[in-house]
Amino acid sequence: MPEKSSIAEALREGLREEMSRDKDVFCLGEDIAVPGGFGGAFTVTLGLEEQFRERMIDTPIAENGFFGVACGAAIMGMRPVADVQYSDFLLLAMDQIISNMAKMRYMSGGKIRVPVVMRAPVGATGRGAQHAQNPESLFMNVPGIKIVCPSTAYDAKGLLKAAIRDDNPVLMFEHKLLYGSKGARAESDAVDGSSEIPAEDYLVPIGSGIVRRQGTDVTIIGTLLMMHHAMTAAKRLADAGISAEVIDPRSLVPFDYELLVASVEKTGRLIIVQEGPRTGGFAAEIAAEVSERAADYLLAPVCRVASPDIPPPFAPPMENFYRPDPDNIVQAARRLVEG
Amino acid sequence: MTHDKDRLLSFYHRMLMIRQFEERVKMMFLEGIMPGTIHQCQGQEASAVGVCFALNEKDVITSTHRPHGHAIARGLSVESLMHELFGKSTGCCKAKGGSMHVGDLDQGMVPAIAIVAGNIPLATGIALSYKMRREPHVAVSFMGDGAINEGAFHEAVNMGAIWKLPVLYVIENNRYAASTSIEKMTALDKLSDRAAGYGIPGVTIDGNDVEAVYEATQAALAGARAGDGPTLLELETYRITGHSRRDPCNYQPPEERELAVKREPLGRFTGKLLEAGLATQAELDEIAAAVETEIDAAVESAKAAPEPLPEDALEDVFA
Repeated sequence: MPEKSSIAEALREGLREEMSRDKDVFCLGEDIAVPGGFGGAFTVTLGLEEQFRERMIDTPIAENGFFGVACGAAIMGMRPVADVQYSDFLLLAMDQIISNMAKMRYMSGGKIRVPVVMRAPVGATGRGAQHAQNPESLFMNVPGIKIVCPSTAYDAKGLLKAAIRDDNPVLMFEHKLLYGSKGARAESDAVDGSSEIPAEDYLVPIGSGIVRRQGTDVTIIGTLLMMHHAMTAAKRLADAGISAEVIDPRSLVPFDYELLVASVEKTGRLIIVQEGPRTGGFAAEIAAEVSERAADYLLAPVCRVASPDIPPPFAPPMENFYRPDPDNIVQAARRLVEG
Repeated sequence: MTHDKDRLLSFYHRMLMIRQFEERVKMMFLEGIMPGTIHQCQGQEASAVGVCFALNEKDVITSTHRPHGHAIARGLSVESLMHELFGKSTGCCKAKGGSMHVGDLDQGMVPAIAIVAGNIPLATGIALSYKMRREPHVAVSFMGDGAINEGAFHEAVNMGAIWKLPVLYVIENNRYAASTSIEKMTALDKLSDRAAGYGIPGVTIDGNDVEAVYEATQAALAGARAGDGPTLLELETYRITGHSRRDPCNYQPPEERELAVKREPLGRFTGKLLEAGLATQAELDEIAAAVETEIDAAVESAKAAPEPLPEDALEDVFA
């Protein structure tokens, strides 16, 4: 039995394999390749500079600038992997991401490819309002960017490798509580996202979801940490006699509606779990789409379990209130099924 | 220094092409037969031509919301540009760019970036790709004077400097960011003094002297290709047309504008060619006639080209 890898380790090996395979792949970001340093905020790139000195580029603290640099290099056929320490810092790079990366192919009339990967940690994790957001929903409103959200180490590696080989901008959100980072960068309250990783090369296709648990009474969908909470909730619901199906979409753009709608047609009920403010979130988008596609099968209104419309709070009791948990999901499922 | 006659006449031809293209486009906008909006560069032809004629085929430029001159100077056909401006699928960006996004990477020009300073990091990144692949090319970022106060300028020029990238940052200082004069936006007399803040050379020259621009660009490119890193090149010029299509330029003091019109690059260069005996009026007339013919043909074919289908809008989002 092979040993399990954490998400941080799986991402690191994914980068190592792709950089070994293709000399156009390189990483850039803050504190990612300093000998004796951190290997990025969550140790993902730790030690890669020893093997790929010229392709592990430490940038100044200049997110808009280095995301633009990544876009420029990608236009010329390089395959940059741009790393922000916290997804909140993507907001500094919004102009380059939205105006240039996402639109370059379109504005060029389909001539230019922008094969860039962006890696961004999300999640409310004891850091207060500016290092803890989940900005996935903001980017779903930007045509031209693919979005992936791995919840396991297996998917993290496979999706990262697929993203690097993709000819479009791909934004990968990673959850701070799932990394399994070690040493000084370890997170308290971490949740196990580790997987056994096959020895051979593999990809996880972007846009393909997976059924994590089969069920018949209610479908629960969630990404990243919320997928793990959905699984915990499903086990507890089973004890209460409710059979929950858990779906991990793995990608938000493109979204595997085929998989989700088939599940809802079976169960007749849908709960969408989303860490992040409820209003205008991706859960609302999924709810609308499923309501249109599966209206005849729904036995109850589609239900969102999401954060309230507040910034991520700092104090643990308030933060725990903000971030959906298995209790919230269990209560929602019981309401839907038991009425 | 003088250049051989063919080069001088090619400068003249291309500057005139830009001027006449812009004048024709302006007229058609005012007549209401072109869609969209325009930002034009009459008076700035020498900076576009002087820089672009110093480049090698594989070098790449990034441009701004005022890109027509850069595109023509870089070698895009007026036909492909005119089709783009008319919103025809036969345009250089299949009508998905428009006036503010003209370009063709195959011809060394990234589709223009219309967010002020947003193109500068792209040039730094293109130059990074050259350095990583050990290719002998240079990236050039054009920008207006307004761009130097954007954060993207600072971030991009700094990275070009610390990594000693083969990139040239060109400020076309036409003294106005839209309607606001440069004096209100910076305490500097010379914008190239910003270069000291990045530890790179800064050069300010007369941007209406096409030969001086060409030579200054050549010098900066030689340094970039030799591994010396970027130069910040300020070209002093003046926009003798509006910021955008219906701008009467009431913010430009009349005496300043009169002086600027006397100093505009095409008239000056024409005078020099004739006075120095480098060209005859007949030769210049012949070039002018060829320019008019080419623009006429571009306009006619653009007008005649079919409109795109509405649903063509759905293509080209993803590769």
